[in-house]
Amino acid sequence: MWSAVLSPDFFSTMLRAATPILFATLGASIAAKAGITNMALEGMMLFSALFGVIFSSLTQSAWLGLLITVILGGIMGLILAFFVLNLKTDEILAAVAFNLVATGGTVLIMVAFSGDRGVSSSIRSVAAPTVVIPFVSQVPFIGKILSGQNVLTWFALLAVVVLHLFLYKTPLGLSIRSVGENKNAAESVGINSRKIQYIALVISGALASAGGFYLSGGYMNMFTKDMSSGRGFIALAASSMGGNTPVGGFLVSLLFGIAQAFANIMQLMAIMPYEIVLMVPYLATLIGLGVYYYAQKKRKERLSGK
Amino acid sequence: MSSAKKFDILRTLLSVLIALGISFVLIFMLSEQPVEAIKNLLLGPLSSKRNMGNVIESMIPLIFTGTGVCIMFSANQINLSGEGAFQIGGLAASCVAIYFTADLLSPAAALLCAGLAGAVFSVIPAILKIATTASEMVSSLMINYLALYFGIYMLNNVIADPKASAASYELCEASELPVLLDGTRVHLGLIIALLVAVLGYFFLYRTKMGYELRLTGENGAFAKYSGVNIVKVVVVSQLLGGFISGLGGGVEMLSPIYSRFNWTSLTGYGWDAIIISTLAKNNPLYTPFAALFLAYLRTGASIMARRTDVTLEIVQITQGIIIILVVAEQFLSKYRHRLIAKEAKAALKEEEVA
Amino acid sequence: MDNQILLQMNHIMKIYGNGVVANEDVSLELRRGEIHALLGENGAGKSTLMKVLFGIEAPDQGEILLKGSPVTIKSPQSAISMGIGMVHQHFMLVPSLTVAENIILGVAPKKGLFIDMGKAVSAAENIAKEYNFDIDVNQRVEEIPVGVKQKVEILKALYRGAEILILDEPTAVLTPQETDELFVQLIKLKEKGHTIIFISHKLDEIKKICDRATIMRNGRSMGTYNVADITTQEMSRLMVGREVSLTFDKKEQRLTEDVLLRVRNLTVHNSQGVLKVDNLSFDLKGGEILGIAGVEGNGQTELIDTLTGLNKRYQGEIDVKGQSIAPMSIADIRGKKLAHIPEDRMASGCARNLSIQENLFSNQYKSPEYSGRQLLKTKAIERRSDELIREFKIKCSSRKQSVGMLSGGNIQKVIVAREFSTAPDIIIANQPTRGIDVGAASFIRQRLLEFRDAGCAVILVSADLTEIFSLSDRLAVMYKGKFAGFFTDVGSVTEDELGQHMLGIKRAEVLEGVVYE
Repeated sequence: MWSAVLSPDFFSTMLRAATPILFATLGASIAAKAGITNMALEGMMLFSALFGVIFSSLTQSAWLGLLITVILGGIMGLILAFFVLNLKTDEILAAVAFNLVATGGTVLIMVAFSGDRGVSSSIRSVAAPTVVIPFVSQVPFIGKILSGQNVLTWFALLAVVVLHLFLYKTPLGLSIRSVGENKNAAESVGINSRKIQYIALVISGALASAGGFYLSGGYMNMFTKDMSSGRGFIALAASSMGGNTPVGGFLVSLLFGIAQAFANIMQLMAIMPYEIVLMVPYLATLIGLGVYYYAQKKRKERLSGK
Repeated sequence: MSSAKKFDILRTLLSVLIALGISFVLIFMLSEQPVEAIKNLLLGPLSSKRNMGNVIESMIPLIFTGTGVCIMFSANQINLSGEGAFQIGGLAASCVAIYFTADLLSPAAALLCAGLAGAVFSVIPAILKIATTASEMVSSLMINYLALYFGIYMLNNVIADPKASAASYELCEASELPVLLDGTRVHLGLIIALLVAVLGYFFLYRTKMGYELRLTGENGAFAKYSGVNIVKVVVVSQLLGGFISGLGGGVEMLSPIYSRFNWTSLTGYGWDAIIISTLAKNNPLYTPFAALFLAYLRTGASIMARRTDVTLEIVQITQGIIIILVVAEQFLSKYRHRLIAKEAKAALKEEEVA
Repeated sequence: MDNQILLQMNHIMKIYGNGVVANEDVSLELRRGEIHALLGENGAGKSTLMKVLFGIEAPDQGEILLKGSPVTIKSPQSAISMGIGMVHQHFMLVPSLTVAENIILGVAPKKGLFIDMGKAVSAAENIAKEYNFDIDVNQRVEEIPVGVKQKVEILKALYRGAEILILDEPTAVLTPQETDELFVQLIKLKEKGHTIIFISHKLDEIKKICDRATIMRNGRSMGTYNVADITTQEMSRLMVGREVSLTFDKKEQRLTEDVLLRVRNLTVHNSQGVLKVDNLSFDLKGGEILGIAGVEGNGQTELIDTLTGLNKRYQGEIDVKGQSIAPMSIADIRGKKLAHIPEDRMASGCARNLSIQENLFSNQYKSPEYSGRQLLKTKAIERRSDELIREFKIKCSSRKQSVGMLSGGNIQKVIVAREFSTAPDIIIANQPTRGIDVGAASFIRQRLLEFRDAGCAVILVSADLTEIFSLSDRLAVMYKGKFAGFFTDVGSVTEDELGQHMLGIKRAEVLEGVVYE
């Protein structure tokens, strides 16, 4: 079994499984930095997985499909922002509503578009390409892990860097962090906190939609009903375990990738029944949450002494 | 009645109308026979005794999970595991009802186990929160999936009937809840559900424990300062919420609708419960009314889906819009402010006269 | 002085969402280069009027003229662009950012896409130098003291080009010495041509630095006066509608034999590990009021939280009526007849969406009078609620009204009614009259004295020095978690002396009379 764990395949699976979680986690992080819990990530990913299939099929281009999906993702962020920020809907209930609409809406759209009900098998979509980097692919081990990864995996890694610079080095990033930490303070200097939170939710939606696109146009090559299967929820947990920072979120997403890769090996070696393998991401999140918050609690207790 | 309360009712009605309006627009866009579809959606449930029975029958699980959520949300425990508790309750009831065949005792034991299983399940996020401070919301979302896959595992490996496809052995006949109305499938579960809603109300508004739950829910710091044992509230509210949702799953499984356990996806009743509790303003006494409304809409939608080309899922969109508008504080707030300002100005004048 | 009119607010009316009329008909006129006092007791509508001026609240009626032309101020942003700056009572700073980052927030200098941090720091340093503020701009705001935070707030407004500077009760959180320093700076600002609105209810401060004063009462303006032409008595009468005296007839002290509260070597760290209460010991007998003065954040909150059981992490001993509270829950401690009026009434003193009745019973619903084994005795609770509402003169439509709909003073009365109705032996009152009207405040102070006379032990933590002086039998000053001063003869202490202890300039080496041994 250890030989399987140390193989390039293992790490390659890890990256593949981590990609959608990473996108959504970044989406959760930027929303959290602006002071909003975006539980609607789940519905946003689900919608985007379907949009990806539809628009890449209509345009017969993965790139155009991705572009349209990401724009629609931003619009979904905008809609959520309108309800949460303008109409002052509770953010959790707004997300519950959004996710319900996504569950029903994706089926409705799929039926209207193709007549399929469960799986978009009759839609001829175009998946995002994989990338082989000329020299890196020659490097033993690492080359095997990195080359042949989907282009979206690279985008996700790039997004970590860009988002980090954005949040910590730009004026807008400073505004987002100050709105999230002390909204009144930001408003007192004339920062329009509503506008800032709008921007954060639009970016959050766009990131989630890239993750959704990857599900149906990278990880798999079709849309199936409810295919986001809780990844948006996992992202909320991952983001909070990563301290709501892009780099922290990246590291936690990798841990999920590892858990998933392990599970895959266990299943292949028939150590574990497949139902249990399916539980792994959720169980890993639950344990991760427990360990992370327990450590935090202990740290605080140590600080305040007994 | 104060103008603020009147306004609340008005706004809820308006939200429902707007949501229906948007759904009609969607139907016109998607359907070749929109008028027929809308007619079925609105009037279908009244078209026969069987359909009316369907409405009542589909109210039952909604009252259970809705009441469960009312209790947890009243204590401000945002535990979203009603979905999983319902699933686990159904599974537990089936396991008992397959092997335990005594008359009368069988359904009672099955329902008790369903409730207990739901309680033990839904309290996991509570325990995790107390032990580690991790938010119950995120962990409850995770355990729903554990419930789903655990159910499938049991179905495939433990209670699978080799003669049936993807279904358990048959539940014993003794366990089936009796039908109350001939010609329908309205069963004893209705009485249990109504009882649960009334008891839920009584618990929250008339008992010491219920008062502690609501104090904690409205302001945790205040409850702690007043001497309420917060840990007890966190645990009890989620145990009880899980028990009721699990009981609902058990009742559903023992109803005439099912003869074998065959749930391979989540039922969605946990999410519907949030609509119910929103419409009922977290008061269990109102859950039957909210459930009736939702059940009517659902039954209408499924009749529509059967008779026309509009898919059932449209109803989820309607529901989503209803929740989002009902809880939108600022929706129509200008009107509300004008109403209250007018009252305040009138009061000022009165003072001057006096 | 140039008498040109800079700003006019005419007939402003503001009604809040809960139906409270905060401004009924208020007018204010501001001349260029003056320090203009806005005077009124708590709840008179001063803060609301300023929120309207700063674009935080939209008025229901009235107009605002800036330099003669009508303007609508929709948001703080538009207020700032019109040259209006505001220093709020509760500081509006982002704790994890540095002073410089807080100052440039929203108007950061850029280098390409990124913030030019070098330029930001030098800009912050320059503005501090220009106005003679001695501040290290690279410190994080969470690490600097209150007085400095206020300076950062003023710099923030000046950096954005504020001509009109609104200061909302700026001295409430300052020591007398810090207040003097602030006044020097305000006069310099005035000399540089800035116009200042100074909100306060402290008449001596207004006499000291203000040119004119607009007096408010009950949401109406009672006129504008030249400060030089009006006596403090007249101001006070206009403000309150009657002469108020802050002296109470305190009866002869009769101490109980037993020590009701005994604290030894108490040390508390907060959750960040910062030492907040440092090896504190004191005793309290029935029949006395121990006043605790001090600048906020010197450990008072942590001390009170620990005494009342809200914080269980501490070292040392706390005995209530001879029993250690270490193993006790909050309910157990309350069971020892200890009542607690919390510092922040909205955060932990009440549940705003619950009814008055439900708020009146949170500390005694378990007593056999009001509940059986499981069920609440609704009839008894309703009857008692009506009694308490009458006895404490709580202004409301019925016991079913939610607490959030009441005014601040009435909410505080609900809390006090609840805490006093259990016949307590020990009362811990943390800022019991903060931000409420004079009538309610003097009602509460009178009650505290009555409890003292009846043999109750009272701890009074207050930022209101007049209140501390007039009620306390013994007086402690907290500074960095210790008693920097302790006085058994309160009458002999001067405000200046108290201020020196509050700032830590003077520190008592030996504390006489802290413990009864």
